Amino acid sequence: MTLQSLAQILASGLLMGLIYALIAAGLSLIFGLMDVVNFAHGEFLMLAMYATFGIFAATALDPVLATPIVVGAMFVLGAFVYLAVIRYAMRAKANIGMVQVFATFGLGITIRGLAQHFFTPDYRSIQTSWLAGHTLDLAGIFLPVPQLFGAVLSCLSFVALFFVIRRTDFGRALEATREDAGAVALVGIDKNRVFALGWGLGAALVGIAGSVMAIFFYIHPDVGSSFALIAYVTVALGGFGSIFGALAAGLLVGLVEAISATVLSPSMKAIGIYAVYLVVVFMRPRGLFGNL
Amino acid sequence: MASQELPGRDSSAVAPRAEAGGRERERIDHDASLGSFARRRHRKLAVAALTTVAIALLPLVIHDVYLQNIIVLTLMYAALSQSWNILGGYCGQISLGHAIYFGIGAYVSTLLFVHAGLTPWLGMLIGGVFAALVALALGYPFFRLRGHYFTIATIVVAETGLLLMLNWDFAGGAQGIQIPYGPDSWAHLQFARDKLPYVYFALGFALLTWLVTFLIEDSRWGYWWRAVKDNAEAAESLGVVVFRSKMAAAALSAFFTAIGGSFYAAFVSYIDPDSVMGFQLSLLIALPAVLGGIGTLWGPALGALVLIPLTELTRSYFGGSGNGLDLIIYGVLIMVIALARPEGLTSLFGRTRKARATPQARANPEARANP
Repeated sequence: MTLQSLAQILASGLLMGLIYALIAAGLSLIFGLMDVVNFAHGEFLMLAMYATFGIFAATALDPVLATPIVVGAMFVLGAFVYLAVIRYAMRAKANIGMVQVFATFGLGITIRGLAQHFFTPDYRSIQTSWLAGHTLDLAGIFLPVPQLFGAVLSCLSFVALFFVIRRTDFGRALEATREDAGAVALVGIDKNRVFALGWGLGAALVGIAGSVMAIFFYIHPDVGSSFALIAYVTVALGGFGSIFGALAAGLLVGLVEAISATVLSPSMKAIGIYAVYLVVVFMRPRGLFGNL
Repeated sequence: MASQELPGRDSSAVAPRAEAGGRERERIDHDASLGSFARRRHRKLAVAALTTVAIALLPLVIHDVYLQNIIVLTLMYAALSQSWNILGGYCGQISLGHAIYFGIGAYVSTLLFVHAGLTPWLGMLIGGVFAALVALALGYPFFRLRGHYFTIATIVVAETGLLLMLNWDFAGGAQGIQIPYGPDSWAHLQFARDKLPYVYFALGFALLTWLVTFLIEDSRWGYWWRAVKDNAEAAESLGVVVFRSKMAAAALSAFFTAIGGSFYAAFVSYIDPDSVMGFQLSLLIALPAVLGGIGTLWGPALGALVLIPLTELTRSYFGGSGNGLDLIIYGVLIMVIALARPEGLTSLFGRTRKARATPQARANPEARANP
């Protein structure tokens, strides 16, 4: 293996890793806020991809321009899911952990069924878009432009997310609510409002990832499942609730995937991710940056 | 449910009692409520015996092969979920990777039968023991993980197993293995057309797992597991060996799940990694217990009775068309039951029990928040 091909593997791994981190960030945010793992996260991603495709098919608006619309729609969807489903799951008097797991699983399966019903199980793809098919030649290392666009959006999103959490009233309310959801009510913060906004934000983040991935992935009702598992692994690897952990773990997962696809075989690339994950949680049961 | 029926037998008080010697036992003997406790256990046995007889007579009335097929699957999932319930329900370790044990059972017995001609009866025992050993080997590192970390680790382990089987050519790879047809025989668990023997095998399997759970419920292990589920730290401080409790539950749970896998392989005569190790299977093993009532004696059977016929029927009516209606019904059902009946369907029966359990749950919500 030449130095050049090694650099190529690392570069594509990092690009994909940033996108994985973006998918995982929403999941980790929601978990950190209220200790709920959204097992319908993959379906959120799938819906965002379909939304991007739908906008393109209906109005020929390029995915790059459709991103803000998709992200806005996903924000509304996330808040709605909290208000319509999760709020009630939090009220369960028995087996709360179990109820949350299976309520979100049921939701995911329902969304997949709805997608199959309304969009058919056919594989879709956006044939012509501004970015698709272009590559950037950087000293002999080829970077696919759609992935590069996704990586840039991911970096911007993480900067914005850190800013929102550290510097805004909403971010402080978010932090306070995750510390003690009961106590914030005493200082006039509506817990349900913060949770709904948190879910909206989590879904919006995966919406960004979905609108970018619609450019270079086939879109079908089951597309979310494979990425969802990577997202759960990424979040557990980084530590549930840690946004920085999601970023670091996303990069690690992307790198490991790119390396094991070359060293093992493309069909075995997930084995590398799983192996690294299992070794890490064996040594650090709460992930790399988990401090719960 | 036995633990909730008797005041003073709830799991928080259980640990010291399980440890205590003869004096404690004598005191209980004089306890007036013990008579009704024993009566309740006898009643449960009677209900189980009646149910078994009723199901055994069922195929004599229902001759339709398709319906008999559903009966076999319902019984099999009742047994599988009962096995899952040992670890997930009683011990509180939510595994969504039980497909790996099912797959081990299916592959071990099938490979031994196809390549060595070994009867599936022995094959399933070997598969069960192997699955239990795998569960112990996995439990050693993973029982340090808590809550969602544990659940995700179980998913990942099962997916790893799935990928390895997909790429292992000796075991058929992605194409899977077809069990060669022979004459009908109990020794080979092969019956070309007749479904009846499978109904009785599945019934025996379901009854066996029920009996094991029934015996465990009132044993020291049963109390330890519930103590670990409710509050592992408190249990440990009272002398429960938490780690060993989890390991025992995992091994027992894996053993019976693998037996189900061996049976399934013989039943359908064809296995491939996706059908015996896929994630959907892990979900389907856990769901009946969740719907029926986790950590309860009747929950898995009741959940399977509702879930399996419903999914099979919706799949055959809507599934082939690929219009997603089967998924929508399946998903909404899971969601609605999880939200509307967090205690499971068994809570519909016996209102007094629920009334007693609720204030207890309200007084100690923390213990249940993080399984």
